[in-house]
Amino acid sequence: MTWLRWILLALVAGLFGLFAYMLTQPKDEFVESAMVGKPMPAFDLPAAVADRPGLSSADLADGQPKLLNVFASWCVPCAAEAPNLARLEASGANIVAVAIRDRPEDVAAFLAAYGNPFSRIGKDDISAVQLSIGSSGVPETFVIDGRGVIRYQHIGDIRDSDVSVLLAELREAGA
Amino acid sequence: MIAEFGLAALWMAAALAGLQMLAGFASLRGEDEEALGTLVGRSRLSVLRAVKAALSRGDGDDILAALVRPAAVLQALLCALSFAALLLLFIRTDLSVALVAQNSHSAKPFIFKLAGTWGNHEGSMLLWVTVMALAGGLIGLLERRLPERTMLATLAAQAFVGLGFYAFLLISSNPFERLPEPAAEGMGLNPLLQDMGLAFHPPTLYFGYVGLSIAFSFAVGALLTRQVTPDFAKVMRPWVLGAWIFLTLGITAGSYWAYYELGWGGWWFWDPVENASLMPWLAATALLHSASVLASRDALRAWTVMLGVVAFSMSMIGTFLVRSGILTSVHAFAVDPERGTFILALLALYIGGALLLFAVRAGTISEGERFSVMSREGALVVNNVALSAILGIVLLGTLYPLLTEAFGVRVSVGPPYFNPVGAIFFLPMLAVLCVGPLLRWRRDSFERIRKPVVAVAVVALAVLAGVYFAAGIALLPLLGMTMAAAVAVASVMPLRGRSLRRLPLPVWGMVIAHFGMAVGLFGMAADSAFSREKLVAAQVGETVEDGPWRVTLVAVEPVAGPNWTALEATLHASYQGGAPHVVHPQARSFWTPPQETSEAALLTRWNGQLYTVIGGEAEGGRWQLRLWWKPFVTWIWYGGILIGFGGLLALIGRLAGDLRRRSAQAQIALRKGPAA
Amino acid sequence: MRLFLALLVALAAPAAAQDLLPPAPYAYRQIADPALEAKAQALMETLRCLKCQSQSIADSDAPMAGDMRHQVRSRIAGGEDPEAVRAWLVERYGDYVSYKPAMSATTWPLFAIPLVLLAVVALILRRRLGRAK
Repeated sequence: MTWLRWILLALVAGLFGLFAYMLTQPKDEFVESAMVGKPMPAFDLPAAVADRPGLSSADLADGQPKLLNVFASWCVPCAAEAPNLARLEASGANIVAVAIRDRPEDVAAFLAAYGNPFSRIGKDDISAVQLSIGSSGVPETFVIDGRGVIRYQHIGDIRDSDVSVLLAELREAGA
Repeated sequence: MIAEFGLAALWMAAALAGLQMLAGFASLRGEDEEALGTLVGRSRLSVLRAVKAALSRGDGDDILAALVRPAAVLQALLCALSFAALLLLFIRTDLSVALVAQNSHSAKPFIFKLAGTWGNHEGSMLLWVTVMALAGGLIGLLERRLPERTMLATLAAQAFVGLGFYAFLLISSNPFERLPEPAAEGMGLNPLLQDMGLAFHPPTLYFGYVGLSIAFSFAVGALLTRQVTPDFAKVMRPWVLGAWIFLTLGITAGSYWAYYELGWGGWWFWDPVENASLMPWLAATALLHSASVLASRDALRAWTVMLGVVAFSMSMIGTFLVRSGILTSVHAFAVDPERGTFILALLALYIGGALLLFAVRAGTISEGERFSVMSREGALVVNNVALSAILGIVLLGTLYPLLTEAFGVRVSVGPPYFNPVGAIFFLPMLAVLCVGPLLRWRRDSFERIRKPVVAVAVVALAVLAGVYFAAGIALLPLLGMTMAAAVAVASVMPLRGRSLRRLPLPVWGMVIAHFGMAVGLFGMAADSAFSREKLVAAQVGETVEDGPWRVTLVAVEPVAGPNWTALEATLHASYQGGAPHVVHPQARSFWTPPQETSEAALLTRWNGQLYTVIGGEAEGGRWQLRLWWKPFVTWIWYGGILIGFGGLLALIGRLAGDLRRRSAQAQIALRKGPAA
Repeated sequence: MRLFLALLVALAAPAAAQDLLPPAPYAYRQIADPALEAKAQALMETLRCLKCQSQSIADSDAPMAGDMRHQVRSRIAGGEDPEAVRAWLVERYGDYVSYKPAMSATTWPLFAIPLVLLAVVALILRRRLGRAK
């Protein structure tokens, strides 16, 4: 069975090729949601702060495409992305939010410090909505179209270069 | 000074390795030289030839050959000195050395300062080359039973592999690098590593894992000099056995450490790093058994050589996976793709070279005739093939997520895959294990072993039926318990009808090692089937029941240690209404680096362990209490220890026998006198 | 004493980002029915904690793991089949979240190769074992 030996050599060579290739790839830390392209699951979250209403799935299917920002006051990159969220709101985007595992006073303090670009903020104390849309951390931003279908997911904080991308996705969702 | 001395010693050791390799390879003759070309490449071969021509004295190889063994011994000494230097630096917490500053802290307890030496990438790589050098040095010093040219080829191969790792260390992972300014304080050792079990787990594992490099070198040496013979197997066997014992104990210790340190009572997760230590073990176990066939019947030559190469190849692939960062694991070391690339290049050189040599030379290794189904060697072939298949499955499952990631898809492969798929090969292998040790070599008849086999079968069926009807557990643990019982009975069957006092140690070793497998398997199956968990938010003074235990939370108090503070609970636990035992689980917080760990408190009985953990504070002033009653879980590690002990007995038996034979031969030579 | 303990716990907590809310109800509470709890436990041991390096949600103290345990336990307590709960999570996170690979276009080699190995083993044994001379 000498051919078995050459097969072994070929397999090993293939394996090393795989290793070499994977070494060149950046480490993929993020877990992407598998819900992109699917409708938002039904949910109804109470208000996280006094001056903004809560968030429900009906609000996301009212005909207008929106950005859904998953954030928390204890999340450091969420503070970093605040200016870009403000830019998105200024460009006409309707941004709603889900606050993950947050006390109302902490959310209020965070918004007071970094600005409040959200039209609605839902209070998600046990990450139920976060889990139901396949989000695995904070911050993440989703583009939801007018019929409540998830069209795009952005993982991590919104950098300057991401603003135009999100606006383009939002426009496409509205089309 | 010490750091510079250590670095200088390391450079000198590397230089000696180079000398050892050149001299050893250069002493090869004729076609062995041609085969060498396959291993090292044609251009390097011509360099070697030039060196040889320059150094040889007409009649050939004297100078070169004479240099190899001393070079190996000196290399071992220098490398050990280098490692000792690093140890000293850590013990003294010399913060001018970058490695110490990154990994140690002056407030660390002494024993953990010591362990910090190998608790990092550079230090553990230095340990790697030290073990390789020591193995080579010992062989150079002691091993003379094979034709000298094979020994020289073996030592040369060992140096060849060592050189790559020396280069890796010296070029990209220098442990002795100094900081421009001594650090004010170290960055502290990972608190998870501040534990006796873990402190000594890496060296044990490395003596095993890296010790298998001699199997690789022997295989290459034998291939190069066409000495794949029974003598080769007999000589290689004790060395591999020594490494295997360390590896067995290292894996067992690692599993126990994970079990009590991580706070959840899990002892094996098929994590890539765990698998990286298991795969060499599987190959080495197959190698040991295969070598015994080669030693007794001059058969399975290709298998034995192949397994020798595979065992250390698995060690090298394992170290690549752990250090390159391409796989996600709780245990992962320094994540550095650049270093990963270096190691991959070494892998391609060594594994590729060895496999190429094997493919080219293996045609000349005739395979021998078929074996009878009812024979010792037949059973060992099944063993070889089954272990290799399990090795393949573990490799496949470990690497599959990597493969899919290359195509952009992420999957996870864990215990729900490895357990059943491994069992497909493992359980039939155990069935053969029940019969194999009873069979004679060459040809045996079933009639002769009918009685013990029937006894084993009866026990197996009884256990199967008994456990199924009494406990109704899942299929896999049920089969596990059944086979454990069968193997336990079958493993002592070879003792039947033999004088126990006159029994050779290697036979005792085999019996105990196989029995240890049964014990370990039983523990695994029992833990899987009968573990009972209890999670409660308990108030101080409350009593909780978990299986046969009644546990009372008596108090929760703050305590402080050398570099941590903790919340310590006092629990009174009584088994089936007996006298209460007191245990103190802790939730610890370290401050450099800031980390929280859970120190479980264990109560051990002969029939299992009560595993207690104190969690965080729950509402209403209650405390999260986690209790597990794990019947027979400790048998898992008792089994591992028994397996290692069996190996040790076999090793001592063979060494003693060898000494006896040599002294008898010397006596005969003396008696015959110089005229003979 | 309670104040001292609270202070100690507060000081001991790492300064990194962590939420302050208590764990979800079923994160550290077992289902009352032991049979259902056993099913839930068996499932949780095979679901991956997404914020950890490589641990199941049964083996992790991360808040998200606790929230996932809450989902698993509340669904199973509500009568759902464990495989349905697994499917629910896979629908959200893909195959990555489950340690039990399902047969699919991307995972078929995982199941095919062991079969091939069985065949190879059988082949080797047939060639090696037989009537000895």
